[in-house]
Amino acid sequence: MSNYDNTTLIAASLKKRYARERRFQWYGRFAVFIGFVFLIVLLADIVSKGMPAFTQHFIKVDVTLDADRLGLPENPTQQDYFGADFGGVVKASLREMFPEVSGRGDKKQLYRLISVGAEYDLRDHLMANPELVGTTQSIWLRAHSEAGSYLKGQVSRALPEADRKVKDIQMDWLDQLRRDGRTQSRFNTVFFTAGDSREPELAGIRAALQGSFFTLMVTFLLAFPVGVMAAVYLEEFAPRNRLTDLIEININNLAAVPSIVFGLLGLAVFINFFELPRSAPLVGGMVLSLMTLPTIIITSRASIQAVSPSIREAALGVGASQLQTVLHHVLPVAMPGILTGSIIGMAQALGESAPLLMIGMVAFIMDAPSGVTDPSTVLPVQIFLWADSPERGFTEKTSAAIIVLMGFLILMNALAVFLRRRFEMK
Amino acid sequence: MTSLPHSDSHVKKLLVGTVLGVVAFATAGTAAAANRDIVSIVGSSTVYPFATVVAERFGRSTNFKTPKIESTGSGGGLKLFCKGVGANTPDITNSSRRIKKSEYDDCQANGVTDVIEVLVGYDGIAIANSKEATQYDLTLRDIYLALAKDIPGPDGKLVPNPNKTWRDVNPALPATRIEVLGPPPTSGTRDAFAELAMGGGAQSVPALKTLRGLGADDVAGIKAAMAGLGMPGGIYDGFVETKGKAPSGKDLFKTVAYAIREDGAYIEAGENDNLIVQKLEANPSALGIFGFSFLEENGDKVQGSRVNGVVPDFDSIADGDYPVSRPLYFYMKGAHVGKIPGIQEYAMEFTSSRAMGEDGYLPEKGLIPLADDELREVQAIVKNLKRLEM
Repeated sequence: MSNYDNTTLIAASLKKRYARERRFQWYGRFAVFIGFVFLIVLLADIVSKGMPAFTQHFIKVDVTLDADRLGLPENPTQQDYFGADFGGVVKASLREMFPEVSGRGDKKQLYRLISVGAEYDLRDHLMANPELVGTTQSIWLRAHSEAGSYLKGQVSRALPEADRKVKDIQMDWLDQLRRDGRTQSRFNTVFFTAGDSREPELAGIRAALQGSFFTLMVTFLLAFPVGVMAAVYLEEFAPRNRLTDLIEININNLAAVPSIVFGLLGLAVFINFFELPRSAPLVGGMVLSLMTLPTIIITSRASIQAVSPSIREAALGVGASQLQTVLHHVLPVAMPGILTGSIIGMAQALGESAPLLMIGMVAFIMDAPSGVTDPSTVLPVQIFLWADSPERGFTEKTSAAIIVLMGFLILMNALAVFLRRRFEMK
Repeated sequence: MTSLPHSDSHVKKLLVGTVLGVVAFATAGTAAAANRDIVSIVGSSTVYPFATVVAERFGRSTNFKTPKIESTGSGGGLKLFCKGVGANTPDITNSSRRIKKSEYDDCQANGVTDVIEVLVGYDGIAIANSKEATQYDLTLRDIYLALAKDIPGPDGKLVPNPNKTWRDVNPALPATRIEVLGPPPTSGTRDAFAELAMGGGAQSVPALKTLRGLGADDVAGIKAAMAGLGMPGGIYDGFVETKGKAPSGKDLFKTVAYAIREDGAYIEAGENDNLIVQKLEANPSALGIFGFSFLEENGDKVQGSRVNGVVPDFDSIADGDYPVSRPLYFYMKGAHVGKIPGIQEYAMEFTSSRAMGEDGYLPEKGLIPLADDELREVQAIVKNLKRLEM
């Protein structure tokens, strides 16, 4: 056997091996590609459905703010404003704009052009500017979500009339209003400043966002210190024996427990035994902290483990105590990893809704919470509730809320990456 | 790799700060649990869409905070409601059926003595077809035999539903193919239909009625009844496995009686009742199941079948003569009125004419309103906080 034979043999197999590697790389690219396609389809679907929710149509109506018609006395108090008939005034103004409309059914359709929230907007506007009483004002009133969907071009006349909520007659009125320059599309600020509502055009995510913020704050304040302390103790101080092994197994197990179980636990312990309020971010945060604890402990332990033993030995060698070694040297080095793990755990908690069902956070709550014990809901729950609503207008709100939720998740994960980079550089 | 300057103090500060924060929160939490200024409502998912609309209007048009409403189901809501008196228990529970005697007793035993019952309206389900076809005259038994997945065969054992035409079900009915358009399982209308029409019809089968009456402790009786119906024992075991407790005869009855056939005779037409009406117009031989309000709105296109001889109309549903209808209620805790602000005011808004009256905003959302005299009665109950005696 000569050297030459060996080389040809190797050359031949080399070609095969290269080909195999190229194939393997293609499989990998294909896998990444498939993942990306799904992600992009999902994102495109959500964004295309959600974008219309960020605009809101308004209709200009000439409203006669007659004190008698409103039922307002002179120098009205707040109570008088609350009792005043703003709804009737809005309806009367609409009738004046379309004097040819008669018949109960047609009038009902006419009133449905304007949101029921318009009367409250009008009331607040008048309360802020009481001098307007007795005048006639051209006021932009919020359009009803169905009228809005037509103005946004989401409803086509081609569809049979019985199959759509916006009737032909309403379309005629809306077309006329548009020709007269009485319709306008604006950025939907209500979506970010209002709480939940049963009318799609009045619904917003502010209450849910605030609820998520309070819930996550409680989660962080509980899970982070407890998780880090547990990890430090288990890694640095605890003896290695059966008991610590058992604890380790249990922590790993806990990380895989379905989240609804934590909700049941929260209901039994926090609400029924400790009598904490239902639907409160305090309880929600406590439940979610139970859920994130294992994640934080496991990642913290891993990053403490990854600290080079030479650092510990050096510290101990120059006479530092065990505690000094941990606090001065091990923890600072492990911090980026710990923070990354914690933030990922928090991101998980932000997207969680199942455990909150049991403790009453899946509820219709309009007002934004001002503290951790006020009833509130959270962003994923709001998405769930809207997805379940019969009104068509909630479809776009659902997608818009998903966009906001994903925005926050991206922000949190970016923060994790940023913190890791920054701490590692130094 | 070196450590940050002063990073040890950062770590310490972080740890001390968080521990302090936790302590502060824990104390704040216990302090706030004692009082509450938001009306807490739980209960039926059927009433939920109406209650939320009222709550929203109430919150916007008064100085009270908007009540919070959880959709827990009627039974779950009453359980929470009857747990006791205090800020930690709900003030109001919605229910799509009347409170049971056992639940009322449970309430009394737990100190919830002042229960105020408020009837808010009705929920009727129509079984309708196109005006071009003849009106059907059905019984609940006909509906069950036409639509159930399994029905008792000649030997009493359950067999996959063999009925192809309405004449197979009842010789008095036309020989038209069974074709029913109805809501999907996610719909509340479907639940109510299953309970009232299918369940009601199944009770005309003696063996099923017997099964329904057996308690969970009568295991031998249940197994015997199941054997008589030819039900595999796996159903029983499966129940124990998924629910973690032995099923009662009623649970098993529900699994048999409420199951709707999946062989094409029942067509899931989506949640959109308008769509069903439209399809009925195009296909005169089909029947459709939808809420009463759609029947009324589309009276020019479709007609409701008689059920047990009763035509679905405003009066027969309001009187309870029409069998596929049920009253909707909410229950108020008298002991909380005056302690938690806004309970009675919310109930007054709910029962006001502008909400519940015929031209009110609730009928617009699909509620079948009360008759005028009933409404006045209910308004009086709310005003005087008349307690329920059972």
